[in-house]
Amino acid sequence: MSDAVAVHGAVEPAETPLTPESWGKLGMWLFLAGDAMSFGGLIVAYGALRYHSKSWPVPAEVLGINLTALMTFLLIVSSVTMVLGLAALQDDDKPRFKKFMGLTILGGAIFLGLQAYEWTHLIGHTLPHYKLAFSTDLFATTFFVLTGFHGMHVTGGVIYNACVLAAVNRGRYQAKHVEIAGLYWHFVDLVWILIFTFVYLL
Amino acid sequence: MSSNAHSHPNYIKIFVILSVLTAVEIAVTFLGLPRSVLVALLVGLAVWKAALVALHFMHLKLEKRTLTLIAIVPFVLCVFLSLMLLPDIYPR
Repeated sequence: MSDAVAVHGAVEPAETPLTPESWGKLGMWLFLAGDAMSFGGLIVAYGALRYHSKSWPVPAEVLGINLTALMTFLLIVSSVTMVLGLAALQDDDKPRFKKFMGLTILGGAIFLGLQAYEWTHLIGHTLPHYKLAFSTDLFATTFFVLTGFHGMHVTGGVIYNACVLAAVNRGRYQAKHVEIAGLYWHFVDLVWILIFTFVYLL
Repeated sequence: MSSNAHSHPNYIKIFVILSVLTAVEIAVTFLGLPRSVLVALLVGLAVWKAALVALHFMHLKLEKRTLTLIAIVPFVLCVFLSLMLLPDIYPR
């Protein structure tokens, strides 16, 4: 016993058994836990308001599912390209990492473009047709707040990923930084999975 | 293979499962199931997909338990928040 203590006596003070090997990773997880509670609060509020409403449009009829299903698939694909990019960088295959990170950024950008198209169509055509509008009706208000809050996260993620790609290119960032950026990006994907179910499918 | 090559999880397998689950989600909305069954099914599928992303893409399965505990806290609090709102959702 005393031998074991002596052997491990020179452990760095930062490396306690409870902490992960990366403080950056721990920091990102703590941020995401807080962010999850922002989304959680919005989704629970949405549920309470919807359940309390006398009438609520059928989301699939007003919003349509086809485009959103494509957007959901797109975010899942961009999550996969992100982990494949990380795996490539962990294997020191920088060209392969650049390819997959580029695809991840492209996927996020296309998602935002589709969401902009969806919003334009909803505001210009669909919502007036159903006599719904942002700020006068809970269905439209909760929809725009939830998808808008998520869309801002995607926007931030695309910018974040582009910065990480540039920093890896210049040799300033390594695989561990990409993994932390990946945590944020997968979280955005994870939240969309829940929003897709609660806002569009249910 | 470089000397520090990692063994990577099978990401493509997770991708295929996520895609299939998404297709199942959309399919069940057309089945005309009773509302309560549909809600339970869709919420279950969504939580399943979210768990797959967290465990495999965010590597929670391979991390120390501390990170899993951090990740679980907001979900517990959101369930608690839902329960606190129940008296308002079911008046009288």
